[in-house]
Parts: sequence; structure tokens; C-alpha cells
Amino acid sequence: MSAHSTAHDFKANASRAIADTQLTGNLKAVRQNFIDKRAKAVKGLPEFEALRESGKEIKDHTLAHLDLYLEYYAQKVEESGGHVHFAADAEEARKIALDICRKVGAKTVTKGKSMITEEVGLNAYLEANGVTPVETDLGEYIIQLRGETPSHIIAPAVHLNKHQIEGDFRRVHTHLDPARDLNEKVSLLTEARGVLRDRFLVADVGITGANFLVAETGTSIIVTNEGNGDLTQILPKVHIVMTSIEKMVPTLEDASQILRLLARSATGQEMSVYTTLSTGPRRMGDLDGPEEYHVILLDNGRSAMLGGEFQDMLRCIRCAACMNHCPVYHQIGGHAYGWIYPGPMGSVLSPSLIGVDEAGHLPNASTFCGRCEAVCPMKIPLPKMMRHWREREFERNLNPALQRWGLGFWAFFAKRPRLYALANRLAIKAMALIGRKKGSFKGLPGLGAWTKYRDFAVPEGETFQAKWKKARAGR
Amino acid sequence: MALFATCLVDSLRPNVGFATAKLLEEAGCRVEVPRQTCCGQPAYNSGDRATAKTLALQMIEAFESYDYVVVPSGSCAGMIIKHYPALFAGDPNLAGRADRLAAKTFELVSFLVGVLGLKTVSARFEGQVTYHDSCSGLRELGIKDQPRTLLASVEGLELVEMKDADVCCGFGGTFAVKYGEISDKIVTEKCANVTTSAAKTLLAGDLGCLLNMAGKLSRQGSGIEVRHVAEVLAGMAEGPAIGRAAQDPALVEARS
Repeated sequence: MSAHSTAHDFKANASRAIADTQLTGNLKAVRQNFIDKRAKAVKGLPEFEALRESGKEIKDHTLAHLDLYLEYYAQKVEESGGHVHFAADAEEARKIALDICRKVGAKTVTKGKSMITEEVGLNAYLEANGVTPVETDLGEYIIQLRGETPSHIIAPAVHLNKHQIEGDFRRVHTHLDPARDLNEKVSLLTEARGVLRDRFLVADVGITGANFLVAETGTSIIVTNEGNGDLTQILPKVHIVMTSIEKMVPTLEDASQILRLLARSATGQEMSVYTTLSTGPRRMGDLDGPEEYHVILLDNGRSAMLGGEFQDMLRCIRCAACMNHCPVYHQIGGHAYGWIYPGPMGSVLSPSLIGVDEAGHLPNASTFCGRCEAVCPMKIPLPKMMRHWREREFERNLNPALQRWGLGFWAFFAKRPRLYALANRLAIKAMALIGRKKGSFKGLPGLGAWTKYRDFAVPEGETFQAKWKKARAGR
Repeated sequence: MALFATCLVDSLRPNVGFATAKLLEEAGCRVEVPRQTCCGQPAYNSGDRATAKTLALQMIEAFESYDYVVVPSGSCAGMIIKHYPALFAGDPNLAGRADRLAAKTFELVSFLVGVLGLKTVSARFEGQVTYHDSCSGLRELGIKDQPRTLLASVEGLELVEMKDADVCCGFGGTFAVKYGEISDKIVTEKCANVTTSAAKTLLAGDLGCLLNMAGKLSRQGSGIEVRHVAEVLAGMAEGPAIGRAAQDPALVEARS
């Protein structure tokens, strides 16, 4: 079982989000913080388009030979003194992590930001088994205090404002002097940093994710802006990298190519503040580093995507540009999607990982505006793949009966041009007659879903084809 | 050449079809209107590939004998240009026919500018207008400068850009009814940007988006008029705007 999902309740989730004015206010930050900065960073790099193409080719090549690269990578990790564990599903991944923690008698685990540990529901599992996980990325730390999940894959607490965060800190950090000013983002950061510093020092195990796995060297790479990832993986005795199989690239050169795309697409930075490479445990003579180095490689449905119509999704480097530019995400935020991965990338990935029966709404809840594909650094055809999911749902009769009936009724006429012309003329004339005194209908039987929110223009009164015929008859 | 009016123009706003024909004929084209229904996009985007294919084939048969097919919609043109080849890819009988139809199909404004080389039109329209870039036209077909070039030549017209002109209006075909509440929030934001631009008229090249924005503006009681860009370029914007009655009191008030 992967983390809990409410994706089937998407409509209700979205309604709740839309009604939450604090949330919709906070969500404006997504547009303010990401879109212009990305555009500027892209403009500043003339070879950006060429890099996109190159990044896509690197990933396509890797995915076509993923088995070989995984094997080679695992061999390199073992050579460097580390251990690789393959986890077929979420449960296996959790168990492997807990076993490693138990072997060293771990009580506290610090964590760098990792969507894979969210996907497998690691924190709840560790906690239930007597190990305390501490998120050390500021955003992740905040949502951990709140018992929430990330609402965004690179800015997990983007749905919150600083006053909400101040409230959480005052609630949990009971040592806080009430007079202490937490009104600025910097003072919040300082407060979290102070609390986390102690956790870093007592942690027995550090768990991070990985942005890339490099086959040629057996290296895992993370990018962060806070430096918390470095402390997480260097200070404790044991470092666990929990990540998924598609993060693979063949060489360091390949990783550095894609790194040039990642931060620009994500935050508009040229590079993240920290790009950290780790290869195996501490060697003789190293000044720091863990004594044990483990990599847990999660599949959880990904290998089944290889060779199929959703393989392109495995190119994703989790930059979040798609959700940052998504008009639907802008209105409802990440939690409404109901599972770990929100926005367009989630609308393709979630049905692959938790099933289209559960996540069927997600690929439908898109206007197909195409902005996600336009900004995707890995050129993933997101709308096309959402359409593929709609096709699967249609084949299996998963969409609502009323929709199917409406589509069938329309198609019956559209497939019969003469009958269509006749029926359409009659319908249009009737509508025009009813609405002849007004320009728009406020409500219209059968069009309630439209007129609930907007008026419907009254037709001119005759179809274009009929008018054209008449106009041209004498010519 | 053939004019594919689209099912929305055919049913709701024939004036756009006539404006399209006028623009093409004034540029020296011989225009015919073959019997037509719909390009199949609603079925295609609802996952009903079989119906989409049936309708696409019907389109191919009706339109393939012409030199060009011109469509006053980026979305429906995009369906034929980008998605028909995808629908029939690998089909030995139909792939070639779909590709050939795609190659000679154009959205109206990009045809006028890109194929016919038009830089100006002879039309007059008084006042400030703002232009919404419909998503399919913009991102599938690269339509951005072409309408602005031609609008700049319309006498009396001043184009004022709204904020986020290239952001979706929330229509999305069946999305507008399947997820009406979300669609409503998106179009509400779009209308706020239209209103803030201070333009009295909103133009776009797709009737779907126009109906959505006009419907919302009308619901808000706005005095802003909404028209298809072809109507203005052809000098056929005299009649009532989209969603306005011939003698609409709100219209009269807005003009006075």
C-alpha cells in the first residue's frame, strides 16, 4: 500500500479548496514566485531549447536500457562499499528502511526532502515502529508539524502563509518566548534552524532522496537550497538514499546537462544553492561521512510503465514547472489532487501508480491548455498522456453515465451530416425563438452545468451552412 | 478552398463564418462550404477514439479535394493539423490522407498572414480592444503575432494588452461543464484581467473561449463586448456582440 489517497474525491477536494479563501490567497505565491523567474532564467540561456532536447535524449536512452544501467549502478555502489536494496512496492521499501534503522538501534532519523518517502508513507510507518523521523527541509518540517502532506513537489508548504507557520511554531516550540518576533520569514527560518540543529546531532540515521543516480560512478545526487540535505547525510552513522529507479542517468556528464535544466525550470535559479554528490560510505582518511551507505530503489509500478504509452512520464525530473504554470493548480492547490503528486505531472503519474479507478478524475481535470508541456524541461507530452488515460477510462466505461450518454447523443448526429443539419437548424431556431428578446440565457434546460456559472449566448437564429446556401444560391 | 466553419460557428455565430469568407474572398480566394458537422475534438478529448476517427474520416472525405482548408478556430484547426495524423498514425489506408489534409489546413489568421502574406486589412473599428490568446492556437500552432499584426492595421482600433493574455480562459471544451466550479474560478480571473485592461472590446480567435468569457462577463453585468477577431478584421462587427441582443439596454448604456 502506498500513501493514502483521496484522489477519487477530487471534486469535493477541489470545492473545499476553492471555498478556502486563505488557501486561494496563499496560492497566489505560486504564480508570483515561479513563473517570471523561470522565464527570465530560460531567456538568459540561449541553448535552453537545445538542452531540453539533449535532456530528453539522455532520459529516453537511459529508460530504453534501464535494466543494464540499474545493474551497473548497483555494482558501482557495492564497489564503493555501499548496499543497494530493490523494493518492488511501498511496503517493501518501508520494511527495508525500518530494518536498517533497527539494526543500528536508531531512535531518531533526520530526513532530507524526498517525495519517494512521501509516496511510500515512510514517516507514519517509522513512527508506528518506535523510530522518530524529523523532516529537516524547512517546508517539510512545517508540514510535519501540521500533520499534512506536501502540496507541491518542491515547495511543500506553499499553501501556507507566514502567519499560519508562526502559529504552528508557537504551538509546538513551547520553549519560545512569546515576545519573540516571528513576523519575518528569516526569523521563522532561524527558529526552525535552531530546533533542527539539535536533531541533526542526535540522529542515528539520515534519509535523503535523490534527484539523480549516476550509473558510471554509483553516485546519488541531491539538490537543495538550505544545506539540510548535507547535514542529514553526513552527520549520522547511517545514510539511506530512498529513491525510485527512473532517477538514473548514465554518466556525471549527463547529470550535469540535466542539472542545467532543473533549477532554471524549478525556481529560476541557474543552480540550486547546494548540489551534493554522495558515493558510498566514509572511506579511510575521509574527514566525515556515514559509516554505512544504503540505497533503496523503489519500483512501485514504474517498471510496468516502460515500453508503454506512459513511458515518457518516467523522464520527469520533478522540477514542478508544470504545476507552477497550471491554471487548475493555481485555483485549487496541491492537496485537492488527493495523492502525493499534484498538478499535470501527477495527473499522468498517479493513475499509473495507484490505478485509474482511484485517480480517474485527475487526467480529466485539465483544460488541455498545453502550458505544462510547453515549460516541461524534459518535453513530456503531458496533455497527450492525460488523453491516453481518458481513453482507458472510456474503454472501461469508467466515466459518468450522463457524460457518456451526452457524448453518444451528440455523436449520433455528428456522424450523420444531413440529419445533423436538419436537427441542428431546428434546435438553433427554437433556442433563438425562446431567447429572441435577450442576448444570453441565464439558465437553459440541459445546459445547467454551464449556466450555473455563466450565461449562454443566444444563437443568431439560422445555421451558417443554411445561411450560406441561401446567400450563394443566386450566384 | 474550403471553409470549415466549426460546429460552434455553424450553430451559434454564423457571422464569424461570413467574416471568414469575406476575408478570404477579398484576398482573392474562391471559397466553398462543404457539408460539415464537427472535427471530432469533443470525442477525441473525452477518450472516445472510435467516434473521433469516424468524424475525422468524414472530415477527410469532405475536405481532401480542396487546395486549402481554412478554419476560424485554432482549436479545431489544431485538431486537424496535429491530432488527425496522430489518430491515423500507422494506418496504411488513412495515415497518408490524414497527413495530406493536415498539411493544407490552416487557422484563418495564420493563413492570411503566413500563406497569403497579408500585412493589412481594410476595416474600421473604433476603440480600445484587448486580445486573448487561445491556448491551442498559441501553443499548438504558434499564433501570437499574426492577429496583432492585422489588428494594428484596423483603422480606429487600439490594441491594449491585458495581463496574462496567454493564460487559459478555463473553457477546455467539456472541462467547462465537467469541472464547472474550477472553470468558473479560472474564467473569473481572466475576466478580471480583461476588465483591468480598460479595453471596451475583447477579441479572440476561438468561439469556445469567446462563449466562455462572454458568458462570464455577461453574468457579471459587464459592459465589455466580446467578438471573434475575424468579425473585426472583416469589418463585420456592426451587429450585436456575442451574447448581446439586437437592442441590449446594457449595450446602449455602455456605449453612451
